[in-house]
Amino acid sequence: MNFRARTAAGLAVAALLAIAGAARAESNVDPNPGVELVINGDTPITVRAKAPDYLEGHLDNIYSGWLYRIESTRAMEADDFENPAITFVEEGIDAWNTVEGTEGKSCASCHGDISEGMKGVRARMPAVNENGELWSLEDYINNCRVNRMGAEPYKWDKGPMKNMTAAISMQSRGMPMNVAVDGPAAPFWERGRDMYYTRYGLLQLSCASCHEKNNNNYIRGDHLSQGQIVGFPTYRLKKGGLVSIHNRLKGCIRDTRAETFPIGSQELRELELYVASRGNGLSVEGVAVRP
Amino acid sequence: MRKLFVLCTAGVVFIPSMLGAETAPQDVVFTEHGAVEESLTGVPGDPENGLKIATTKKKGNCMACHTAKGWEHMPLHGNIGPNLSDVANRHDEAELRGIVVNAKHTFHDTVMPSFYNVDNLIRPGDGFTGKPAKEIKPLLSAQEVEDVVALLKTFKESGSE
Ligand code: HEC
Ligand code: HEC
Repeated sequence: MNFRARTAAGLAVAALLAIAGAARAESNVDPNPGVELVINGDTPITVRAKAPDYLEGHLDNIYSGWLYRIESTRAMEADDFENPAITFVEEGIDAWNTVEGTEGKSCASCHGDISEGMKGVRARMPAVNENGELWSLEDYINNCRVNRMGAEPYKWDKGPMKNMTAAISMQSRGMPMNVAVDGPAAPFWERGRDMYYTRYGLLQLSCASCHEKNNNNYIRGDHLSQGQIVGFPTYRLKKGGLVSIHNRLKGCIRDTRAETFPIGSQELRELELYVASRGNGLSVEGVAVRP
Repeated sequence: MRKLFVLCTAGVVFIPSMLGAETAPQDVVFTEHGAVEESLTGVPGDPENGLKIATTKKKGNCMACHTAKGWEHMPLHGNIGPNLSDVANRHDEAELRGIVVNAKHTFHDTVMPSFYNVDNLIRPGDGFTGKPAKEIKPLLSAQEVEDVVALLKTFKESGSE
């Protein structure tokens, strides 16, 4: 085949590809136009927003994972009587008010009522602490438990911690996600961004391969979302319990047939920061419901 | 058992010196456009086994991203990649082999995994365990690639070539 014939053949193939590809959905478009989330009929949730500037060239708009779910799942999140996560939130609030440890204190002893003391906290997590370290919400919780209460730290991915992060997230429900990406957070954020675009594992897939290039498409039976974490910790119907942010990130990396990073690792904190920043402008959902 | 069978059938068609001369992932030769002209094993592919591989999660899992007339009746196929039902009208055998071996030579930057490749892997794992890989093996064996290619060659709509 000479060059010209090849080019012509290439064009023909391209044209066919376009036809064959018709079944593929367009990515980065609103998966569910016009559908709005108002929790309990009184708390409007921003489920679509203009993407933050640093996503220019990658995403124009950002969409909550809620928009990609089927109607029955969406309905569960819209009503706290239906949302199975709420019992865990209540357990978290009980723990908030319970004295533990050698100092005879509860969280409430220092922070007061959770609805005041924790308002807006989830919306700015993870965040750099006074020593210049990037901390997830879990780190702040355990710092209080160990250093202020004289209590045992919670295990990152176990019930008591997930109940507490759920209870705390709930206090930012409806507030815009707003993590800092500049200043002292910048180097962590940049490393997280590099991770987001790294094609891990034997399958050589990055977060972006699925959640940026292919959101709105199906992988096996799963309708791919943008992989936002504004609804975390999240209640997963499949698991019948709460799933932490790091658990989800680890699971997605594992699914590329990769060596994962441990829950609570520095790498996952940095990735968490970057992923959280891709949701800046969406509402914190409190506790989302996912399949 | 299967291996024995393959060796026997192959023995009839090919001279014995070709047997066992399997091309290693590092030695595969691609054309400028990403095709792989030569069979990886010299043993004809088995399309039936190819279908099993294409639809099994721990094997090719092609179904995760594609539909095709071979498996469109099965639930849970994805649509990240194009419908393959008539893919043999678009690509010849060498091109199909190249795409399965390492689609990145054909489609720059594609999300399609490279099924017969051991290079440029970042944190390869041991299956879906999340642990580091004990040894780096390609996703599919050479013969499995040939079986999948044989399947893809059947994805031809009559009349249109
Ligand atoms: C092989 C495809 C694939 C890759 C690669 C992948 N994910 Fe996912 N991810 C999924 C699927 C499938 C789901 C469930 C459906 C959905 O919400 O998109 C999911 C869900 C998520 C969710 C939950 C979203 C919600 O609304 O509940 C987050 C967060 C997430 N992924 C983040 C990531 C990050 C970060 C990476 C990279 C480290 C990543 N994913 C890589 C397939 C993938
Ligand atoms: C993670 C997703 C994914 C998986 C898994 C996958 N593919 Fe693909 N495949 C794609 C995409 C996307 C394309 C389109 C090329 C592009 O533009 O990136 C493609 C293209 C193709 C083509 C060329 C189609 C055409 O019309 O030109 C063939 C053939 C093919 N794939 C076969 C397979 C086979 C066989 C398997 C399994 C052994 C497989 N694919 C697994 C995503 C995938």
